[in-house]
Amino acid sequence: MFKLNKKDLRTLIIVILLALFAPFLLNPFPTDSALAQFNAGYPDLMQRFVIFGIFAVGFNILFGLTGYLSFGHAAFLGAGSYAAIWMMKLLTMNIIPAIIISVIVAGIFSLFVGWISLRRSGIYFSILTLAFSMMSYQLAYSVLTPITGGETGLQPKVNDPRLLDGALAEGAIPKANLFGLDMSQSYDMSLGAWSFTFNSGYYIAAAFLILSFYLSIRIFRSPFGMMLRAVKSNQQRMTYTGLDPKPYTLAAFVISGMYAGLAGGLLVAMDTQAGAERMFWTASGEVVLMTILGGVGTLIGPVLGSGAIKYMENIISKINSDILHTWFAFLPDGLENVIVAIIYPFIGKGWHLTLGLLFMIVVIALPGGLVEGAQRLSRLFKKGKNKSNENE
Amino acid sequence: MELLEIKDLGKRFGGLQALSEINLSVMKNTVHAIIGPNGAGKSTLLNCIVGKLMPSSGSVMFDGYSLLGRSAHEINQLGISRVFQTPEVFGDLNVLENMLIPCLAKRDGAFRLHALKSIDDEKQLREKAEDVLEDMGLIDKRHMKAASMSRGDKRRLEIAMCLAQDPKLLLLDEPTAGMARADTNNTIDLLKRIKQERDITIAIIEHDMHVVFSLADHITVLAQGTPLVSDTPDNIKGHPKVKEAYLGETQQV
Repeated sequence: MFKLNKKDLRTLIIVILLALFAPFLLNPFPTDSALAQFNAGYPDLMQRFVIFGIFAVGFNILFGLTGYLSFGHAAFLGAGSYAAIWMMKLLTMNIIPAIIISVIVAGIFSLFVGWISLRRSGIYFSILTLAFSMMSYQLAYSVLTPITGGETGLQPKVNDPRLLDGALAEGAIPKANLFGLDMSQSYDMSLGAWSFTFNSGYYIAAAFLILSFYLSIRIFRSPFGMMLRAVKSNQQRMTYTGLDPKPYTLAAFVISGMYAGLAGGLLVAMDTQAGAERMFWTASGEVVLMTILGGVGTLIGPVLGSGAIKYMENIISKINSDILHTWFAFLPDGLENVIVAIIYPFIGKGWHLTLGLLFMIVVIALPGGLVEGAQRLSRLFKKGKNKSNENE
Repeated sequence: MELLEIKDLGKRFGGLQALSEINLSVMKNTVHAIIGPNGAGKSTLLNCIVGKLMPSSGSVMFDGYSLLGRSAHEINQLGISRVFQTPEVFGDLNVLENMLIPCLAKRDGAFRLHALKSIDDEKQLREKAEDVLEDMGLIDKRHMKAASMSRGDKRRLEIAMCLAQDPKLLLLDEPTAGMARADTNNTIDLLKRIKQERDITIAIIEHDMHVVFSLADHITVLAQGTPLVSDTPDNIKGHPKVKEAYLGETQQV
């Protein structure tokens, strides 16, 4: 079905189910319980999960297949965001033109950056892409202020021209929509002590994730995908087999740049603002972490990696010392303070420390990322099962 | 008829004249060996043919085309496949995928954006790849990762990958270097069979005289960057100039 083999179809179905039922899966704890703060099922965060999932899935086409490590992909995400905002300022608040233009602009920009950066490989390629993204960031902050809004960034305003939309009443807030469906529209469902939020923006972003994921499977299994793996494996052999590695690598670069642009456009569709900080090198580094954490070169890895990082960024960073004290209140006072003091550096603003440790553990113990972890677990599980069968 | 014709070829690296006045013709459907002591310029000559190095002077004609100024992948597309001294295969890919890549290169050229086709739909290419694997005795290993194969098998795979392209000229750079005697003999038998069964021309650079004399129809001896003699194996064997190049001048006491 969909021209996929059984295994890939299963992976796709897993992603579809995860995306559809995310509002339930991410809110496993009753609203009033102490564990409620581990709930991640609110629209803003769920949207980030899928949008950064798209970003990482695209990045994996470049990094996972060709092995070229770009440290500048946030520049394409930022370019996509600016393009989308301008579409909302000039044409319409409907998200479709905004998203289309963000993909196109990011594609053209990445063609230019890739064309130059791909003259080198290895660390030099990484440095070139890093240089480009930092130049973009600085330009967006200073010289290009008329286009990017500089430090304040860009938002759609009431009196922007918007050729296709009717004029808004003075004081109204322009809202992103899909043919009238407001992106921030949510439906809350209560089931006993639990509550779940279904947000229109989230589901639209999730639809894009599923589409992007499906496309990435097709690319992985295509002759083109095999050529990209050949680029990573042995360029010398490739050249003497009559193939030109350069256009293949450039095509992969542009495709992943377009994925980044799509993510940038969706960020704007969900939250109508864009700023230069989106292009900062840490944002480029984050997508590298997501891909490695999830599993480089695996299909589903980047989705899991981006989920894990965004979860920690938003949930662990919200835990503070008061919350720790309530958790360990059952301990004797002295011990409670010691335990809280030990855990404290890892939470709140220290969530990066937790992320760093997790990243180190994964890279050292599970070079294949979370996907390898899951595979090992399932193998262990199967082994246990077989043993119990033998005993019978 | 000449398939490859090299005229007055020279290559200079700064102050070093690595090759000079090379005139050499490889006839169609023959095995032509190029031998010579270390530093004679064998590898430089090979690199000038395959597009890795640009000759400083002279011309290289192949099947009616000049090879000068063409990039390595263009030269391969004209019909020259190359086997490396240490086998170069796609280590991360399995054997069948290794075979599909040259098949795709042959059909689709140097670049094609076939990103939405499925590799599983390429039935014809797969058949072709499996035929060659069968012929080379590698069919049982088609799902094995290329990196985990033995050196002998990698060499076999590399030759199979070249043959999958149906090249007009197969260039072998010391194909038995570092091999055990048994592997060397297997490779010789394999190449003999290829020569008999296929419409192919083979040029071979080799150190091992056993390999050269069991395969070659014609031998060119290089010394100090220039051809010493070019003749049939029988005439080369006792040639005084060859002995001199390999063993040094005979000194009178």
